[in-house]
Amino acid sequence: MTYLGDVFALARKDLLLELRSRDTVPAMLLFVVSTLVVFHFALPSEASATAETGLLWVALLFTALLGLVRAFVAEREERVLDGLVLAPCDRSAIWLGKVIGVVAFLVAAEVVALPAYALFFRPVGWELVAAVALADLGLAAVGTLLAAMAAAGRARELLLPVLFLPLVIPIVVGGVGASATDDPGRYLAFLGLYDAVFAILSWASFEYVVTE
Amino acid sequence: MITARRLGRDFGLKRVLRDVDFEVPHGGFLLVTGPNGSGKSTLLSLCAGLLAPTAGELAVEADRGEIGYLAHEPLVYRELTALENLDLYGRLYRVPERRERIGMLLERFGLWEARRERVASLSRGTAQRLALCRALLHDPRLLLLDEPYSGLDHAGARLLDDELDSLVGERTFVVATHAPQRVEALATAALSLA
Repeated sequence: MTYLGDVFALARKDLLLELRSRDTVPAMLLFVVSTLVVFHFALPSEASATAETGLLWVALLFTALLGLVRAFVAEREERVLDGLVLAPCDRSAIWLGKVIGVVAFLVAAEVVALPAYALFFRPVGWELVAAVALADLGLAAVGTLLAAMAAAGRARELLLPVLFLPLVIPIVVGGVGASATDDPGRYLAFLGLYDAVFAILSWASFEYVVTE
Repeated sequence: MITARRLGRDFGLKRVLRDVDFEVPHGGFLLVTGPNGSGKSTLLSLCAGLLAPTAGELAVEADRGEIGYLAHEPLVYRELTALENLDLYGRLYRVPERRERIGMLLERFGLWEARRERVASLSRGTAQRLALCRALLHDPRLLLLDEPYSGLDHAGARLLDDELDSLVGERTFVVATHAPQRVEALATAALSLA
């Protein structure tokens, strides 16, 4: 219960910070909608469903990256991470609390992005919604670990995309597969497996990332 | 409580600390002085466990929850209020009777009126008082204070004097400062870094 209490307190803090500063979610919303608008005009009218779905996933991936770049800004600004790391709580709670915050920001962006996709391209099916939900967990799990890693470095704006994008290629493969093929179950299971494996790895290795 | 033998720390090719030896017994007060860039803050970060030595040995007989660490930065969220910051730290540091302890510290450091103000709107001195509250919140056995008087006005400095007076001997201190005259009467040992 104490562990979950710590996680809840840390996640609540991230949501409160965003409600007050409003500098991450509005940027993510603006980015994802404008990207879909650009894709709408850039893509030929006879484009395939796979191409359209692929572009949605590209938009979602870069929106997630935008949010992750800012994930540890508040901690970095005043070296708050040092204070959190010194606390006697399990350090993985810091990661899990941040993951919950990142997932909340992604969901907020997708609540707008998916209807926009339906408006500009094609209707959104349950497979796409399920794939996006599973992808959010994987993106947040891996992205939060890498964002913490990048926050400690000097070239953090360069480091995060360089580390993040190759690691989330399986999410794009699973996401596009689940939303544009006749066998979504197989790809959804693949996304679920990815989430489980990378969530466990990230949870277990976070302590080593935030300590020297 | 703290023993350092030939302690060293490099950042890349730059050697910040070299062959530092000291010992601080339980209840001791080590005063650390030295010019800018001499490694005072690095030494405190090493004692806190935030950095690892690159040479020598350092033994600190305190778990991380028993360390009160005051850095140059207040280590608090700028967009949260003083009360919200202390409440978060109080929870993470397992402070018993958290609300009472926070209320008592806010009163003692003259922050009660400012408790619902965001840190971003606080003056440098008020933020330093908040940082002191944060460092003392969990009643730590070992206090690592980096320039504790920085930004404090006369009244704030007097409050800190009183707090140190009441804790000295019961707690172990490592204090790095450019103004040693303020605390040298309390010090049981001194370390001058070149």
